[in-house]
Amino acid sequence: MSYGQEGHSDTHSTEEPKVDKKTEIKEYIQHHLQDSYDFNLLSYTSESGEQKHVGFPLLVILWDNGLKMFSSSKFHHGEEVAEVNGNFYKVYHNKIYKVEGLEGDIVLDEHHHATNEKPLDFSITKNVSLIFMVFAILFFMFSKMAKAYKTNNGMPKGMGRFLEPIVLYVRDEIAIPNIGEKHYKRFMSYLLTVFFFVWIVNLFGLTPIGMNLTNNIAVTFCLAIITYLITTFSGNKNYWKHIFWMPGVPVPMKIILAPIELLGTFIKPFALMIRLYANITAGHVVLMSIIGMMFVFHNWLGSSLSFLLAFVLGILELLVAALQAYIFTVLSALYFGMAVEEHHHDEAH
Amino acid sequence: MEKLLEEFSLGLFFWQAVLFIALVLLLKKFAWKPILNSVNDREEGIKNALDAAEKAKLEMQNLQADNQKLLKEARAEREAMLKEARDMKNKMIEDAKDEAKSAAGKLIEQAQAAIETEKKAAIAELKSQVASLSIEIAEKVVREELSNKDKQVKLVESMLGEAKLN
Repeated sequence: MSYGQEGHSDTHSTEEPKVDKKTEIKEYIQHHLQDSYDFNLLSYTSESGEQKHVGFPLLVILWDNGLKMFSSSKFHHGEEVAEVNGNFYKVYHNKIYKVEGLEGDIVLDEHHHATNEKPLDFSITKNVSLIFMVFAILFFMFSKMAKAYKTNNGMPKGMGRFLEPIVLYVRDEIAIPNIGEKHYKRFMSYLLTVFFFVWIVNLFGLTPIGMNLTNNIAVTFCLAIITYLITTFSGNKNYWKHIFWMPGVPVPMKIILAPIELLGTFIKPFALMIRLYANITAGHVVLMSIIGMMFVFHNWLGSSLSFLLAFVLGILELLVAALQAYIFTVLSALYFGMAVEEHHHDEAH
Repeated sequence: MEKLLEEFSLGLFFWQAVLFIALVLLLKKFAWKPILNSVNDREEGIKNALDAAEKAKLEMQNLQADNQKLLKEARAEREAMLKEARDMKNKMIEDAKDEAKSAAGKLIEQAQAAIETEKKAAIAELKSQVASLSIEIAEKVVREELSNKDKQVKLVESMLGEAKLN
């Protein structure tokens, strides 16, 4: 069995069609964790050594002296240069670079970094298409649930019966204890959306389609920065006072604490970003390595043990999918809670 | 860190930000608000219903206590009424007895008086009869006397002796 590596074809062209299994698996995992311009369901190497891809192309949107939109099929899975209105583009390491003419190639510097010009890339990649899908799923699920309440006399119906306890869990166990009865309502929309978004996206990552969103630093960065912005803009006087002029400590300490506290406000969402990214990425790497081990061992004992291990780990990953969504939501709620906390005079600092 | 920065895709960030914020706003309007409001209303309803039930229970208890009190009062009243009736009955019997006694006494008295008068009348009649008898006897005696003097005396004497006995 063999896996395809589109986007790496330039380095592979000099190798034998059947490469070493360990390297192949490693590269496959790398590839799996990356975004792609095609919606690739599976790739394989045919008998004649030719790479076959099953899937469909997606929309490439570039901003390069004007909007350029074309189908990703023009790249032929990263193997060819795409020509659009006299501009030439090529995919290298999953990024689109501008090249000179149809025969143009990527120019590398001494650090093996491409020096070609990069156009602004707003393509609907595989991951972006997943965002759209999850968007549609969440909107459909919850607007339907909301409608059911109107027609069913304030009682949940169908899927709502399953979703309502989770919504209530977010409200009663995450939002209210961390933010407080008085202010929690303002943050409910964000907390609920982020919880279900991360959860569903994590679950999609476990499907064999292999769409991973939360192991993209851009996605977790985006979520973390929204949490940071909400925290910062809802911070009250008490919150800022605790950052810049910590009450209850001597003046020299206040001066030392201020930069630390200020840095802390950035570190908190930063940790949020890294935690989600690292957990999901690590989970995928381990899970796929163990699945890959089945093909490395190639005997009944090792392969069946790997299968068992992969199965157990798969279940664990299901838990992690929900757990990471929970942690992200709880910590966001905690930061919001700090921002809106009212001052208690008798409290020791 | 450098790898992370290299991995960072501006396009993905752009779409994630746009779609996620749109999702938050859309869900807020079409899902979270109606859902949380419905749940809130329902919870409020349940709370109110529970409160009402608690109130009704208290009221019920009060009512029951009232009932108990009323029942007790009614029982006491019945008792009192029964007692009164019993007393009245006894009194009535007593009165009736007294009346009967006095009536009977009167009747007896009357009867005695009547017997007395009857007796007196009877004695008077007897006396008058005795007198007429004496006169008849005297007539006969006188007639005989007229025929036999001795005999006449003897008869008068015996007659008188008899009369004295009466």
